Amino acid sequence: MRTIALVKRICIQMIRDKRTLALMMIAPLVILTLLHYLLSDETTSPRLGVSGVEEGLIEQLKEKEIVVIQYEQLKNTNQIIMDDSLDGMLQMEGEKVALTLTNDQPSSSKVLQTKIMQAISIESAKEQANNVSKFVQDIQYKLPNVPVNLNKAKTPEINTSYIYGSNDTTFFDQLSPILVGFFVFFFVFLISGIGLLRERTTGTLDRLMATPIQRRDIVFGYLVGYGLFAIIQTLFVVFYAVKVLDIMLVGSLWNVILINFSLALVALLLGILLSAFANSEFQMMQFIPIAIVPQVFFAGILPIEGMPEWMQIIAKFMPMYYGGNALVDVMYKGLGIDSIKYDLLVLVGFAFVFIVLNIFALKKYRKI
Amino acid sequence: MTSTIVLDQISKSFGKKTVLNNISITVNSGQIFGLIGPSGSGKTTLVKIIVGMDQPSNGQVQVLNTKVPNLNLLQEIGYMAQADALYNDLTGQENLAFFAKLYKLNKHVQNERIAYAADLVNLTPHLTKKVQNYSGGMKRRLSLAVALIHDPQILILDEPTVGIDPELRKSIWAEITRLKNDGKTILITTHVMDEAEKCDQLAMVRDGEIISSGSPLDLKNHYEINSLEEVFLKAGGEKDENNRIS
Repeated sequence: MRTIALVKRICIQMIRDKRTLALMMIAPLVILTLLHYLLSDETTSPRLGVSGVEEGLIEQLKEKEIVVIQYEQLKNTNQIIMDDSLDGMLQMEGEKVALTLTNDQPSSSKVLQTKIMQAISIESAKEQANNVSKFVQDIQYKLPNVPVNLNKAKTPEINTSYIYGSNDTTFFDQLSPILVGFFVFFFVFLISGIGLLRERTTGTLDRLMATPIQRRDIVFGYLVGYGLFAIIQTLFVVFYAVKVLDIMLVGSLWNVILINFSLALVALLLGILLSAFANSEFQMMQFIPIAIVPQVFFAGILPIEGMPEWMQIIAKFMPMYYGGNALVDVMYKGLGIDSIKYDLLVLVGFAFVFIVLNIFALKKYRKI
Repeated sequence: MTSTIVLDQISKSFGKKTVLNNISITVNSGQIFGLIGPSGSGKTTLVKIIVGMDQPSNGQVQVLNTKVPNLNLLQEIGYMAQADALYNDLTGQENLAFFAKLYKLNKHVQNERIAYAADLVNLTPHLTKKVQNYSGGMKRRLSLAVALIHDPQILILDEPTVGIDPELRKSIWAEITRLKNDGKTILITTHVMDEAEKCDQLAMVRDGEIISSGSPLDLKNHYEINSLEEVFLKAGGEKDENNRIS
C-alpha cells in the first residue's frame, strides 16, 4: 500500500512535468530519426576522372554508380582532381593502370577503390572470355570435325547471398537495434536518477524516512512508478522505429519490447543507485560519461571480438553488451527467444543486484 | 505522567568532530519539552537521533519504552523537519494525502485528518494550490500539518514557527498546548526565547552539551534573572566553569 502511494505520487509528478515527459518520450524519437536519415541515406555517387580507359570499362564503372568524366590528356593529375573536385583519377596506358585517389574520406575512398578493382577485373575477365571463345572458334575452324566444348568461356558471375540482411542492408540497419536499446537505457537512467536525486536534495527522502515506510518499499515504489513510464517509452520508441522509420525487424516485435524493457529496468535501477553518490543534478550529469557512454562502446557497434582480452572482460559487466547483443539477434538476425534468453537472464540478474544495492544504499538515510 | 522519551548518555561525532556530548534527557507525556540553543548547537542532530534517522555514536534512546530505531515506533511519531520537505509539484491536499497513505490511514480517517490538520494551520482554502506557489510561511504550516496527519503520540517539531506570523504563531501554540493537554508528548526546538517560556521543561544546548535544564521558572530562579534570554547568556558564560543545575 505504501508502495502504491509512492507510485501514484510519482505518476502525478511525472504527468505534471510536461518537459521531462517530453524529453523521455519525444527526444529518443528525434535522435533516432536524425540518425536514420544520416546513416541510411546513400552517399552521393563518387566522381571519377578517366584517361585512356576503354569504353567497356567505362560502362562497367557507370554501372557501379560512379560518375565518369573522360579526359584526353593529363598534365597535372592532382591539379585536375582538385579543380574538378573529383574523388579519383584512373589512367590507363596499355597494361599500366594508375589510380589516384583524393582520400579526403578514407572510408569512401576504399569503397571507390574496391568498385574500380571489381570493374577492372570483370572487364579483363570478359576480355579473356572473348579471347577464349575466339580461340575456340579458331580451333573449330581449323578442325571442322572435332567438337570442341569449352564451358568456361563465359564471364564469371558472382551470386551473392546473405545470411543476415540483404544487399540493401545499410549501416543503420545493423546499428539501429543497438541505438533503440541505448536511447531507452539512457533516458530512463537520466530521468529516474534525477527523480530520486531531487527527492534527496529537497529533503523529502529524509522526511519519508521519518515515516514507517520500509527501504525496500521506496525502491519498489520507484521501480514501479518510473517503470510504468519506461514501459510507455519503450513502446513509443520501438513502435516508432519499426513502424515509422521502418527499421529492419526480422524477429518478433514482442521480443524487442521484452529486451528493451529489461534494459529500461536496469537503467532505472542504476540511475537511482548512482543518484546516491551525487549531491546535485550537475553531479548526476557527471555519471553520464563514466557510466553511460562506455555502454555504447560495448553494445556491439564496435565488434567485441576484435577487442583486447581485458576489454572483452569489461564488456561482460556492461548491461548494454547483453541488451545490444539480444537486440541485434532479434531485429537484424531474426533469431528467436532461445538465442536471447541468456542475455535476458543476465539483464534480470543486473536488475536484481541493483535492487539489493539500492535497498542497501538507502541505509545512508535510516539504519533500519 | 509517564516518561515517553528517554535519552541516556547520547554522544554523536562525525569523524573527529563531536556534535553531541553525553546528553541525557527525559520527557514525559503531557509535557512540552523545549530544546533551546543557537544554530549549530546540535539540536537538529539530537532530534534526528530521537526519530531514528540518525544513530548515536554512544548511548541509547527509548521512545514509548521501545528502543530507537524502530519502524513501528515511527507510526507514533510526528516529525516536522527544519527544512520544509514537501513535494512542490503537488498540491497541499496531495502532499497531505500522500503522507496519510504512508501511515496507512484508511480513506475515511484520511479525509478527516486532512481536514483537521489543514484547518489547524489555516490552509483549507489553499489546499488545491500547488506547493510551489505557497509562501514560506504556508510551507511551514503545511509541514506542521503533515507532522500531525496521523495523530501521533509524540510530536517532534524542529523550529516549527520560523517564518510564521505572530497571529498564526499564537494559534499554533494554542493547538500545541491543547495537544499537550490530550496527553501527547511534544518536543520542540527553538531559538526564540518567548516560545521557550511556554515550554514546561527546557534544556539549553550549546556546542553539543546541555548547559542547563529545568522548568523556565527554575532556570530563572537559579540564575536570579527575570528573562530566559539572560539565563541563556549567563549559562553559556558559565559553561566553562562547569556550573550546571540538574
